[in-house]
Amino acid sequence: MTTPVLEARDVTMRFGGLTAVRSVDFTVNSGEIVGLIGPNGAGKTTFFNCLTGLYVPTEGTVSYQGKVLPPKPHMVTQAGIARTFQNIRLFANMTVLENVLVGRHTRTKEGLWSALLRGPGFRKAEKESEAKAMELLEFIGLAAKRDHLARNLPYGEQRKLEIARALASEPGLLLLDEPTAGMNPQETRATEELVFAIRDKGIAVLVIEHDMRFIFNLCDRVAVLVQGEKLVEGTSDVVQADDRVVAAYLGEPFEGAPGTAEAAEVEAAEAAADAESADAESAADTGSTEADSTTKGEAQ
Amino acid sequence: MTDTTTISPAATERGPVPLPLSLARLLVVVGAVGTIASAFLSWTWTSDFPGDLTVYGYPAGLQILALVGGVLTLLFGLTLWDVKWLRWLNPADATSPVFLTALSAFAVCWFTGIAIAVDLGGLVNLDPGAYVAMAASALPVAGALALPHPAPGTGIRGYLTKPQLPAPTKVSALTERVIITVGVALALLAFTYGIGIDNDASETFIGYLLLLVFAAWGLMHTGLVDRFATTAAHHKGFASALAFVAAVVFPFTQNDDHNANVGVNILIFATVALGLNIVVGLTGLLDLGYVAFLGVGAYAAALVSGSEYSRFSGVHFPFWAAALTGMAASLVFGVLIGAPTLRLRGDYLAIVTLGFGEIFRITVNNLDGTSGPNITRGPNGITQIPDLNIFGFNLGDSHDVLGHSLGRFANYLFLMLIVTAIVVLVFTRAADSRIGRSWIAIREDETAATAMGINGFRVKLIAFALGASLAGLAGTVMAHVNYSVNPQPYQFAGAAPPNSAFLLAAVVLGGMGTVSGPLLGASVLYLVPEKLQFLQNYELFAFGVALILLMRFRPEGIIANRRRQLEFHETGQLDVPAQETLSDDAAVTKAGA
Ligand SMILES: Nc1ncnc2c1ncn2[C@@H]1O[C@H](COP(=O)(O)OP(=O)(O)OP(=O)(O)O)[C@@H](O)[C@H]1O
Ligand SMILES: [Mg+2]
Repeated sequence: MTTPVLEARDVTMRFGGLTAVRSVDFTVNSGEIVGLIGPNGAGKTTFFNCLTGLYVPTEGTVSYQGKVLPPKPHMVTQAGIARTFQNIRLFANMTVLENVLVGRHTRTKEGLWSALLRGPGFRKAEKESEAKAMELLEFIGLAAKRDHLARNLPYGEQRKLEIARALASEPGLLLLDEPTAGMNPQETRATEELVFAIRDKGIAVLVIEHDMRFIFNLCDRVAVLVQGEKLVEGTSDVVQADDRVVAAYLGEPFEGAPGTAEAAEVEAAEAAADAESADAESAADTGSTEADSTTKGEAQ
Repeated sequence: MTDTTTISPAATERGPVPLPLSLARLLVVVGAVGTIASAFLSWTWTSDFPGDLTVYGYPAGLQILALVGGVLTLLFGLTLWDVKWLRWLNPADATSPVFLTALSAFAVCWFTGIAIAVDLGGLVNLDPGAYVAMAASALPVAGALALPHPAPGTGIRGYLTKPQLPAPTKVSALTERVIITVGVALALLAFTYGIGIDNDASETFIGYLLLLVFAAWGLMHTGLVDRFATTAAHHKGFASALAFVAAVVFPFTQNDDHNANVGVNILIFATVALGLNIVVGLTGLLDLGYVAFLGVGAYAAALVSGSEYSRFSGVHFPFWAAALTGMAASLVFGVLIGAPTLRLRGDYLAIVTLGFGEIFRITVNNLDGTSGPNITRGPNGITQIPDLNIFGFNLGDSHDVLGHSLGRFANYLFLMLIVTAIVVLVFTRAADSRIGRSWIAIREDETAATAMGINGFRVKLIAFALGASLAGLAGTVMAHVNYSVNPQPYQFAGAAPPNSAFLLAAVVLGGMGTVSGPLLGASVLYLVPEKLQFLQNYELFAFGVALILLMRFRPEGIIANRRRQLEFHETGQLDVPAQETLSDDAAVTKAGA
């Protein structure tokens, strides 16, 4: 049961002078739920982007089921890795059902000609896609809202819909970037169940989260990323017991901290980015809710 | 304008005109009847004023429009009295349709009175009929302002508040079809009347627009327009077949081939706008040089038309081959322009297409044998393009059908109708499929779309090339309709369609992502410059003002795509960016509930 699904070798991502991810080796095995944690700005999302081809890593390779992935998002999805986004990126003005149908893009083939000619093959494929999409909507519990616009869904349901859309591509590995951000405890519990159910479908899951209780309940293995470097990796107990992890989260200096020299630099870059873009602003917004849940998690 | 409030007569506020309710209702009806009657009087003494408003007992021009406005006011006025067989007209029992239809008649009558006085130099030129019309048409407006309206505290604006509409009563499928038929017939009637207005009678056309805008606005407030739209969406096939039939009937209603010519040009313009809608409306790519693809198609068709001025004058393709040539040529250019630019994001494409549009025109201007090789004969263009001959049927000849003589332009109108039908079919089928969904996904969020496995470049290139070849197809017909092709119309912006700016405006004004939107937008944008010749020097200015007003009050366009309508109006505010609603506290609380 331990064939590796995803193998990242020596992945480094630099933005100009800033090294957001530094020589990270990482493996996800089939049937595993793996957590990726780390303080804000540690490079978790950047690492996800490297895995899914949204960023071309400066160094290193990512392979899926033994094959090296080209750094093109659509090819990565085609290969079998699906993801969700930290700031929900649904197709806001498409219906719930259409969102999931778009997720099926890589598993269907009908091109322009078959759409124009509408032969029996086209109809059959559309029917099948719709049936599969509805199945997924049943699975996450949004079937009743199939014709609602995605933008009109409450926050928690939007996150669920993003998961359904990702699942529609029939992935072997699902990457979740903070799936419970902004959720209340009940919704978080429900998401936990959902992730287990996804694993039971035979899909490996890699999840970024700031809610520690969520992570430690869920994950077979947890990796901690601090300032772009993998600090610790192991079972929940190992990670929870590690002093360096607590120190990294609370910001205490400790012996042999990786990248201390760059801390100031990172902060400066972040400040600049914050000041510049409205995107950064909304990210900061989410940041504050994350901070809350972090404290909660820590209290456990 | 779109806030909806429940109407409960007890709680409603009275209007600014202090009259008892019963008197107000009476005033509306009496005024409406007076307006109708005034249409049968003489409004001015001389037939110098367009439309000949001098005859007693026989309404003409603006008088007909006043008559229509009066009848509408009367009908809606009567709904205030719970007349049983009129209930369906105003199911919400609202005041605003009464007010708006009263305004339509008022606007027409007062505009006419003022126009007569201004055009002919003084109030002495007004006959008593005009005074009667102006006075009578003012009564329903005053009456309506004495009626209660559903949005207390908003003053006069409350009369423009769309009332909460009750759920429509169910009717049989047959009745629905009858509703569609009546709607299409009315639309055909309105369109035929508009197109039939003499080009010199700009006053009549302005009156027509006034009536149309206020009456349409009033009808929207009754919910009848929404009702019609949902009914038509229910019976899509029937509705489009009927619209097609109406378009076929149109030439038979015209005695003058000139109007058929206008009809063909509108169809060409509308078809190209529909092609552009794939690129702009569905895929969200801004193409500022789209008219060049129309030009490529037209020139390609002209070169293989057998015209003696064509470089290849010996070559005379049959129409189907010429159409394919035009499409193929546009397709090739589409791919050539798209391939290098579509990999980039956003604005680059706009700039490159803008450049391509201008380069096309300038190049065609220079391929005249002096500045470059002689292919297009430069500014002279390729002339004397022979008429098409399809299955031995010469489109240049008049034909008698059902005792009605159909001229050359009517023939081309039928050909163009087939082309339009093909383009409509391509648009709807492509939009509702895997590829169409990926276009919309890319428009919504390109990053997310690629993360869902969509090859953005490929899919955008398909949209771009498809749009280009549809424009090329329309171009092949256009070359033959106009007898000639020359570089002049293929510019970025100009005073008359088609040009890239007008095409884009037709899409935005009509409604992005819809089929009927660009068709309607193109008709409006073609007819307005054609009928209001006096605007010529101010046209672009007027056009700009109109666009700004539209974007302020109806950003989703005349025909709203369901998505876009929700997008713009559900919050009641237009300026709330989507992202903020998401991270909003309220949204989070809602998610928690
Ligand atoms: N496109 C980019 N260009 C420049 N710098 C970037 C870019 N994307 C991320 N960074 C920087 O890389 C660092 C890591 O960011 P990242 O978003 O990966 O953090 P994170 O671990 O996901 O944090 P959070 O928990 O807040 O989501 C930050 O300093 C960020 O400013
Ligand atoms: Mg992140």
